Amino acid sequence: MNTPKLPAGVEPVAQSEVTETLVVNIGPSHPITHGTLRLQLELDGETILRAGAEIGYLHRGYEKQSETVFYNMVVPYAERMNYCSTIHNASAWCYAVEQLMGIEAPARAQAIRVITSEMARITDHCVCLGANMVDLGALTNFWYLNNVREKMLFLFQELSGARMMTNYPRIGGVVQDLPDGWITKLRQAMEDMQGLVGDVKSLVSNNRIFIDRTQGVCPTTKERALNFGWTGPCLRSTGLSMDLRKDQPYWGYERYDFKVPVYQNGDTMDRLLIRFDEMEESRKIILQALDKLPDGPHLVDDHLVVLPEKDKVYNQMEALINHFKLVMHGVRPPKGEIYSFTESPNGELGFYIISDGSPRAWRVRVRPPCFANYSAFPQMLQGAMVADVAAALGSINIIAGELDR
Amino acid sequence: MDQSQITDRLKARFGERILSTYALCGQEAVTILPADLVEVLTFLRDEPELRFNMLMDVGGVDYLGYGGDGEDEDEVRSHRFEIAYQMFSYDLRHRYRVKVAVKDDSVEVPSLWEIWRGANWMEREVYDMFGIRFTGHPNLRRILNHDDFVGHPLRKDYPITKRQKLSRPIDHLLTDKQEWA
Repeated sequence: MNTPKLPAGVEPVAQSEVTETLVVNIGPSHPITHGTLRLQLELDGETILRAGAEIGYLHRGYEKQSETVFYNMVVPYAERMNYCSTIHNASAWCYAVEQLMGIEAPARAQAIRVITSEMARITDHCVCLGANMVDLGALTNFWYLNNVREKMLFLFQELSGARMMTNYPRIGGVVQDLPDGWITKLRQAMEDMQGLVGDVKSLVSNNRIFIDRTQGVCPTTKERALNFGWTGPCLRSTGLSMDLRKDQPYWGYERYDFKVPVYQNGDTMDRLLIRFDEMEESRKIILQALDKLPDGPHLVDDHLVVLPEKDKVYNQMEALINHFKLVMHGVRPPKGEIYSFTESPNGELGFYIISDGSPRAWRVRVRPPCFANYSAFPQMLQGAMVADVAAALGSINIIAGELDR
Repeated sequence: MDQSQITDRLKARFGERILSTYALCGQEAVTILPADLVEVLTFLRDEPELRFNMLMDVGGVDYLGYGGDGEDEDEVRSHRFEIAYQMFSYDLRHRYRVKVAVKDDSVEVPSLWEIWRGANWMEREVYDMFGIRFTGHPNLRRILNHDDFVGHPLRKDYPITKRQKLSRPIDHLLTDKQEWA
């Protein structure tokens, strides 16, 4: 190499080998976090050397609050924990209390819970995929998937009066039966959804930009996934097959024929693509559940749990007293404790309830699926590039409301 | 494996060190002391017929004032806190619960971070909410509450209406300076 000729009296500047690392904050309020998460990254150029995550920005004291109100009053709180699959969370809470009390919802209510919670799974996956693709620069898919979500939210509105916060499940069943014509609309929505989701999948799965941004990015091994307690689509993307709907069926899931999609690489791409397959399986479950929808009551026949019908309350003394007793003194499960688990769209949603026999739970512990999934995130980022943060963060689908409770 | 068989296996292996067992709502569990925690959980993990290789959840419980009506003599506990570990076997698809009796917050509980990395944040949450300390934890800080938070909110003697002062009040938004004028 030719050394440039320096003027007389000027010393050459030594080339420094030492480089400095740069610490960058992402969040708590940043478009890619889709919630309130804070990440701190130590960068060498574009490469992430270390990462740290801070959570708790959306902590609202859900568990403490649940200890101070009656069991039925927790249903709306449970919905607000996960604002993407609200109705599943509420059903899971009701199911946990039912197990604690040793009662079982009627077959029709269980089928309705299956239908609504699979709809919630489709909604959740639509939000996850759509939002993540916006982060990757693919805005079109967001509108397509939001279209599907909109159809689901419209149906939730017909069902309960509210688009997102339905407050529809009850301990012992669901609050009211399906409205007239709802099943036909749901079948139509399922048909429309197949086209829209298929369009999106064909738009992205062979797309060069999508593949480059996601393939091999922030992979996780089977061992690490088990070590961190991963569940749900994230675990299944690593080649492990675990789905509580198959393993320990609840709400009569054993009656439906569906597959558990499993991907092998555990990278961002697999974590995203597996959700397309799961939506397809959810569609199959919904159609089967509609075909097999049993007749009968939608609430359990137990005056200690379920409010009497309104016209009886207005016309019969006993029903009026029953209504008063339930509203003022609440549902009273016996002393005991239960760890109840369901397969929520993100993985295992556990409710650990300890009852002291009073109408308020002694302790409510929620095991949100995101919590375990996200605790592995800082380690996943090591060695990745800054731009990978957006892709990987969306693919594990962190719902801050559930993460921080 | 049936949960009652797991209880029997644990009783046969650890004998007196199992403080109590119970079966409620079709689920069984054992209560042990913190000193035995690592040994019991590694036994559950390594035994070929048990293989509990996933730690699903760690959750604390405060029993201060539990059964305070005095109707039930059994409910009077000699320890204030319990920590419930929900175990799951991926290979065999069964579950079990192990509870650790913690007398008060002066007792330290061994951290499971060395065995399950997922315990990291879960134990931090128990520390944050109940003030129970874990020995061997790599980074035992608050996780959901901020660092200036005083007290442990899920304890039964922490009132739900209690407010916490911010270390620096946010009162600089309205100023007398006519910055908009």
